[in-house]
Amino acid sequence: MSIVVFIESQNGVIKKSGLEVTSYGRAIADLNGDSLVAVVFNPESTVILNSHGVDKIYSVNTSNNKFFNVDQYSSTLANVVEREGANIIIVSASADGRYLAPILATKLKAAFVSNVVALPSSFNPIIVKRSCFTNKAFNETESKKSKTVLSLSSNAFGVHEKASSPEVIEQKFSEASSSLKVTSVDKVIDKVTIADADIVISGGRGLKGPENWHLIEDLAEVLGAATACSKPVSDMGWRPHSEHVGQTGKPVATNLYFAIGISGAIQHLAGINSSKIKVVINNDPEAPFFKAADYGIVGDAFEVVPKLIEKLKALQQ
Amino acid sequence: MNILVCISNVPDTTSKINFKDENKSFDSNGIQFIINPNDEFGLTRAIWLQQKSGAKVTVVTVGDISCEPILRKCLAIGADKAIRIDVVPQDGYFVASQLAALHKNTPYDLIITGRESIDYNGGMVGGILATLLDLPYLANCIQMELEGNVTTLQREIDGGKEILSGILPMVIGAQKGLVEESDLIIPNMRGIMQARQKPLEVLSAFSDENTSKVNIFEKPPAKGPVKLVDAGDIDALIDLLQNEAKVL
Repeated sequence: MSIVVFIESQNGVIKKSGLEVTSYGRAIADLNGDSLVAVVFNPESTVILNSHGVDKIYSVNTSNNKFFNVDQYSSTLANVVEREGANIIIVSASADGRYLAPILATKLKAAFVSNVVALPSSFNPIIVKRSCFTNKAFNETESKKSKTVLSLSSNAFGVHEKASSPEVIEQKFSEASSSLKVTSVDKVIDKVTIADADIVISGGRGLKGPENWHLIEDLAEVLGAATACSKPVSDMGWRPHSEHVGQTGKPVATNLYFAIGISGAIQHLAGINSSKIKVVINNDPEAPFFKAADYGIVGDAFEVVPKLIEKLKALQQ
Repeated sequence: MNILVCISNVPDTTSKINFKDENKSFDSNGIQFIINPNDEFGLTRAIWLQQKSGAKVTVVTVGDISCEPILRKCLAIGADKAIRIDVVPQDGYFVASQLAALHKNTPYDLIITGRESIDYNGGMVGGILATLLDLPYLANCIQMELEGNVTTLQREIDGGKEILSGILPMVIGAQKGLVEESDLIIPNMRGIMQARQKPLEVLSAFSDENTSKVNIFEKPPAKGPVKLVDAGDIDALIDLLQNEAKVL
């Protein structure tokens, strides 16, 4: 059997989430003696996959449509899955990955399991642990189909290296049939996104207004982090919706999460529960966030954060 | 124009989650149920189309009789008709296949699902439904404008947004941004009274197909206490992050 992983690139560079699904796929392949097949879209180079244990690479050039097209991507992947006779297909939890996974699964008559957080505990049938209730709980889900599409939560498995020498095959990009077409993309390209970030700096109402957001942005810049915010902050229009973390916003599963001036409503805490280390800076020692955090400072963000930025800058010099 | 808004009955966002039957099922004891927030953003957008151009808005849920209060709430908010497919959902595919069968019986011009439900977080019903019906699907929809049967839409992507054009019929996955939190409609007394007179149709399940099942639930392990660092001692925090947590 073989395992197929969907790998995205940005500006030709394979995304970290792509290396994580590759590492996860390699671990499954090793447990079952399977071969690991990567389908990579628009890579400038696939060399990095040689150090992550890929056995075969299908490289897809989508220059006939420069925008993401869920129909074309899922059909291209389905073609490879059928040709390879794969029974497990793995995608990342990126916006595009989560978008195409249920469509791909339906095209393949496969089961789809999202928010996967661990290796399967059984392969026949496939049983795998996933998060639910916005990280307030987990469940073990059993696939009842011969093929299963898994969407792996970010940072749930990590990136692991293993040398291999894969053959590279050029794969044709499927034709589009859908009437739905992207006309333009409005995207920040010089900033780390929440989905790709190892560190996220998040601000709440305690920052008193959007004019004070330089504190969050400066700290994020020093740490190469993404910026995020609490629900009230996005509701008041201080920050864009795309930064809202929580039950109706984005989940954040990062290595290090800084909550600055965020009290810690249950919906927000659920959204960040999968992050590994949480740091809270808040002047209210009764803020619920202190019960969810690993490290905390009771203090005024307007004094603590500038000092933190200064110390971190000094360390980097 | 006929719009179908798919509604999920979910625990209130402030709920503490517990399980019963040796962690095999969700314990709804003491839980307040609400319209899934992502579905409610979609419903509000549909009501705007109803007010602007006279579209007819039907809400549907797959579930037992305990889901009827939220359907009545949808009617009080302004939906014209409610449908309950009387069967306990088995998985996302099961729900999508019921909805697909409903659409095949009575076609809709626009089907709105939420981006995901906040209980199982499957995030799959819209995509599966659209694919079963061979219709286009747009996930994470944060804007939708209609001109005849031509739509201009936006999808939230990592680090920004995409602008798209499409032609009805189609399926969209709603989320915050499609309307704002402050746009949500709170039913008034007139709406609540009218809702009692509006049709709530109960249909039996169309099929019994699923692709997965949940074997067992568990809660995350309890967290240890927070380590507090003095506000004047930033070095101590940096030291803990570098040498204890090893994340810097």
